Amino acid sequence: MAGKTLYDKLWDDHVVHTEDDGSCLIYIDRQLLHEVTSPQAFEGLRLSGRHPWRIARNLAVADHNIPTTDRAKGIADPVSRLQVETLESNCKEFGITEFHMSDIRQGIVHVVGPEQGATLPGMTVVCGDSHTSTHGASAALAFGIGTSEVEHALATQCLVQKKAKNMLIKVNGKAGPGVTAKDIVLAVIGNIGTAGGTGYTIEFGGEAIRALSMEGRMTICNMAIEAGARAGLIACDDTTIDYYQGRPYAPKGDDWNMAVRYWQKLHSDSDAKFDKVIEFNAAEIKPQVSWGTSPEMVLPVDASVPDPAQEADPVKRQGIERALQYMGLQAGQKITDIKLDKVFIGSCTNSRIEDLRAAAAVIKGRKKAESVKQVLIVPGSGLIKQQAEAEGLDKIFTEANFEWREPGCSMCLAMNADRLEAGEHCASTSNRNFEGRQGYGGRTHLVSPAMAAAAAIAGHFVNVAEQGV
Amino acid sequence: MRAFTTLTALVAPLDRANIDTDAIIPKQFLKSIRRAGFGPYLFDEWRYLDHGEPDMDCTNRPLNQDFVLNKAQYKGAQILLTRENFGCGSSREHAPWALEDYGFRAIIAPSFADIFFNNCFKNGILPIVLPAEIVDRLFNEMADGYRLTIDLQAQTITTPSGQAIGFNVDENRRYRLLNGLDDIALSLQHADKIKAYEAERAKRAPWLFKDA
Ligand code: SF4
Repeated sequence: MAGKTLYDKLWDDHVVHTEDDGSCLIYIDRQLLHEVTSPQAFEGLRLSGRHPWRIARNLAVADHNIPTTDRAKGIADPVSRLQVETLESNCKEFGITEFHMSDIRQGIVHVVGPEQGATLPGMTVVCGDSHTSTHGASAALAFGIGTSEVEHALATQCLVQKKAKNMLIKVNGKAGPGVTAKDIVLAVIGNIGTAGGTGYTIEFGGEAIRALSMEGRMTICNMAIEAGARAGLIACDDTTIDYYQGRPYAPKGDDWNMAVRYWQKLHSDSDAKFDKVIEFNAAEIKPQVSWGTSPEMVLPVDASVPDPAQEADPVKRQGIERALQYMGLQAGQKITDIKLDKVFIGSCTNSRIEDLRAAAAVIKGRKKAESVKQVLIVPGSGLIKQQAEAEGLDKIFTEANFEWREPGCSMCLAMNADRLEAGEHCASTSNRNFEGRQGYGGRTHLVSPAMAAAAAIAGHFVNVAEQGV
Repeated sequence: MRAFTTLTALVAPLDRANIDTDAIIPKQFLKSIRRAGFGPYLFDEWRYLDHGEPDMDCTNRPLNQDFVLNKAQYKGAQILLTRENFGCGSSREHAPWALEDYGFRAIIAPSFADIFFNNCFKNGILPIVLPAEIVDRLFNEMADGYRLTIDLQAQTITTPSGQAIGFNVDENRRYRLLNGLDDIALSLQHADKIKAYEAERAKRAPWLFKDA
């Protein structure tokens, strides 16, 4: 019998029941909840007189609508406030733990989960948010769901799922200086496209992935959904186990030892069969910048914006034309000539301590370009903020005239007050550059934290690899 | 949930690939804690010339006359014909809620993003995957008043010229949609199996069962 992939193992460990057509009832070990996609699920429970199946397997935190300025003032927008208050009252009513806006543990749901040890290797993890794929970095089967499924997971601790196919993306070799997890994943998406992973669970492997910290691995899995895959996975190793040691919700004592023995098996067997394998060479990947309105519209920083006339496929050509028009760019324009109005460093992709350190290292002792109107640094959680302040990173940022904010989703999707004005170009460490994502008419360029920070200083994109950062 | 059996309806063509859920329903409307009323804001940034906000009265907003859903001949369309990777991006179920509230009951495309595809079935919308060449042909065939008949039981689409095109839907999903069944009630029929699984798993992974 052929060996199993990591995905096969995680799947098989969670099957409760299989239907004739192959769809399965899958057990869910952890559900994370936030304010935007949960109110209608709780309402559904109430209307049908149902209760959560296992209350303690749910953990809630408000993040999308939360202001990143002075928390003491509360939320000014009444619609946002109502949504956050609704999460609070729903959690109270059903007895679910929630980290409040004033709690140091509050932050972006996908940052908080691993940080607290609330999402662990070997778990199935769901959340009404597509970037739940982030948690796959710890060899957990984690995927985003809709609100009906949030209600389903609350009521039954299970979901009805069909198994996806297995894909392995192997990134061989060593990444060069200035090339981060973000650049690797953007280069992968640029190559396979935003639908390249549709119908698959993608396992990321190879030397360059193994060399990444947990933070970097989370950046990679976070963007698996941008390649169309609901779940991304990275095998468990010592880096994973070290990361979880001592986390508040992680097992302790004998349980810890038993868990570690199980976690050590969470990798694909050497003779496992994948439906598709794609290999990359890390040494060939350069710092990446997205130029269009889809994450696959991405190029190395030393490239030029594409010319639609060179594209043979009419649907693609039209896509490039529309993107150039929306982004206000000329075919053939050099990426390093794109001027920035704003810079955003944050989001569940790149708001962890390592990201903030990388940004600080690039700008230390320098100042934001005059032409850049605003640079926001939004840590992923209260604990990361505290850690960064203990390391003095906040001083480096504020001395550069960057704004040091409170944790939350912020300008990643601009549901709170942080947003772009129409026509503004933003270097952003988030994960989506769709039209209007960061504000109506706003123009997003996806980059790594180091690239964003360097652009804030120069006022346009620069190649951090050449700067020798 | 509303059952889906057969539908004969007007088709609206949205000739664009990779339409994301941010475009289907922009984020400012996600602040609602309700499930209904998203229809007027469907494709808000494409449909109107001004910037929409939640609870806005849309009756007097300036329309983008170039946008296909604003054209008189597509008023009342219940079938959306579009291109690959429809519904990519955010998992927001507000996207199918908005499509359904607007009046769409079926979407035809060469491919859909996984989460969106799944969410459609929970809301009585039938997403139909057809080969790109056939979708292309349907786009080319489109004429004023172009209607299709969809039969979920038989898994066929019939064009105005009487030609039948087959499609495939998972057995389980088809059954639930044909009967408008509540997924949660169906899953709870397996409550004993869920409990048995928990008991067995608690032996293998006790650290996941130390809480209430
Ligand atoms: S940071 Fe952005 S992508 Fe991540 S959960 Fe928040 S809004 Fe979604």
